[in-house]
Amino acid sequence: MEIIERGTGNLFNNPDADAARAFFRQKSRKMENKLTTLTEAVARCVHDGDYLGLGGFGSNRAPVAVCHEILRQGRRHMAYAGHTTTHDFQILCAGKVFDRLDVAYIVGLEARGLSPNAKRYMQSGEVEVCEWTNYCLSARLKAGAMGVSFIPIRNLMGTDTFRYSGAIASRCPFTGERYVLMPALYPDVAAIHVHEADIYGNCRIRGITISDLDLARASKHLIITAERIIDTAEIRRDPTQTVIPYYLVDAVCEVPYGAYPGNMPYEYFSDEAHLQEWLRVEKDAEAFKVFLDHHIYSCPDHQEYIAKNGGLRKMQALRQKEFMIPEAGANKEAPK
Amino acid sequence: MSDYNAMELMISVAARELEDGASVGVGTGAPCAAAMLAQKTHAPNLMIVFEAGGVAPLLPEMPISVGDSRTYWKAIMANGMCEIMETCCRGMIDYTFLGGAQIDPYGNLNSTIIGTDHQKPKVRFPGSGGANDFASFCWKMLVMTPQDNKRFVEKCDFITSPGWLQGGDSRARSGLPKGAGPYKIITNMAVMDFEPESKRMRIISINPGYSLTDVEANCGFELRKASKILETQAPTETELRILREEVDPYRYVIGR
Repeated sequence: MEIIERGTGNLFNNPDADAARAFFRQKSRKMENKLTTLTEAVARCVHDGDYLGLGGFGSNRAPVAVCHEILRQGRRHMAYAGHTTTHDFQILCAGKVFDRLDVAYIVGLEARGLSPNAKRYMQSGEVEVCEWTNYCLSARLKAGAMGVSFIPIRNLMGTDTFRYSGAIASRCPFTGERYVLMPALYPDVAAIHVHEADIYGNCRIRGITISDLDLARASKHLIITAERIIDTAEIRRDPTQTVIPYYLVDAVCEVPYGAYPGNMPYEYFSDEAHLQEWLRVEKDAEAFKVFLDHHIYSCPDHQEYIAKNGGLRKMQALRQKEFMIPEAGANKEAPK
Repeated sequence: MSDYNAMELMISVAARELEDGASVGVGTGAPCAAAMLAQKTHAPNLMIVFEAGGVAPLLPEMPISVGDSRTYWKAIMANGMCEIMETCCRGMIDYTFLGGAQIDPYGNLNSTIIGTDHQKPKVRFPGSGGANDFASFCWKMLVMTPQDNKRFVEKCDFITSPGWLQGGDSRARSGLPKGAGPYKIITNMAVMDFEPESKRMRIISINPGYSLTDVEANCGFELRKASKILETQAPTETELRILREEVDPYRYVIGR
């Protein structure tokens, strides 16, 4: 295939389809109980140096509990798919978990502002960066899910985003049109937070799926955290709702409020006050260290983090906010 | 300017560009406010899509994130990023709104870095996100931005998202989908479009309270001028009322 131009960025992951097939050939298809603790799941599936992908959209259905556990276990030198990553990115930067980064969207929390600590880390020169876009990384994961080594798309051309990417510009053999070829992405490990899963890893997600269905399929190992574990009979009653089947999954953990302080669709809204607290406290490196000790390193698990941030009362308020339910007593006139 | 601010004006001007029955890919903040205002005034059938997968929501309030649950509140579909970007690439999304730390005379945008060393930048910004994708695929790209000569520069430190690239037919030759590109730049001082041949930015209207000198003094490159420069129509009473009471009652965007 003709190579018109090549981005200067390095690939942090091997797009070879046969190498991926060789891995998936030996991956278990046994429907067995994979229910475990998050501590065990991260210890077993996430290793220093691995390429990591995270599901959700930063502050929405992101596997926050997994990010905290990765910090507690002190993972370092990972490569990371910086795809639609906001609060999760902020957490990983706090632990300097990765030093190679595929960038689509980083350091920001969208309308909330930029993370001072993530900016410091990204401006330090400690992280090797390769530029992409949100759709580029979605397409790279799609190529991985397809079991191929590249996929052609029509963005990037003429920009510095292309110049600093690992993409290749080529030509369609049918029409002669220029295309940008995205190398497949096969993460070593991914974590996705879902609404419901059974003990085998059959998963249901409500709301938008972002790139999670492809991420689940392209990744070699997959940790699922679920708001609730449900019976397999329920999965079999309505198989149309299964979006991630068990044979993709390596570990299943029941973690209620596992996306807190982010938004979990149809469950709870984001805790904006706490996210603002993160942004505020990050300005002062010493204060941030104390904050991290309190909220992450000294917590044995996610439940402790929830308890420290208002517990059930807070979760109830966030659930009401998700559904836009008016505050109790907002109706000043007593019902007749 | 007595009874409205620059943000309210930019949002009102932007909303008027979105006709009924069109489709628009938006982010959070001002673009979303413009799309909501258009829906509540002249364009009830404007289809809004969000890059994370939300299609045609009945937005109950401003989303905080382009992936939060408001972006598919009572929506037609909650899908994923490939679905949205593929729809854009097939040519079904008419408009998008983008922004950046820098914009050049051809509407190229920088939202990646300030500085020259990519691996160790002076300032790191979020990067493309979905901006390069929307700029490549959506037919007409609009920008709403405050204007000064730090932001409007002859050359961006980094081109994150494509405008008309180097002008002329350079975008068409690049391989990007043909016929799509920057359409209008709406600032606190003026509205610009692009010369048909050279694809350089030109002033088409100046906002009430500003002069040509203001507009030129707050731009780091030479702006071309339309043969007749109009005065931008100020926000109407109706636009302001809907914007303040229904679109952004907590002034998240218009209070900035």
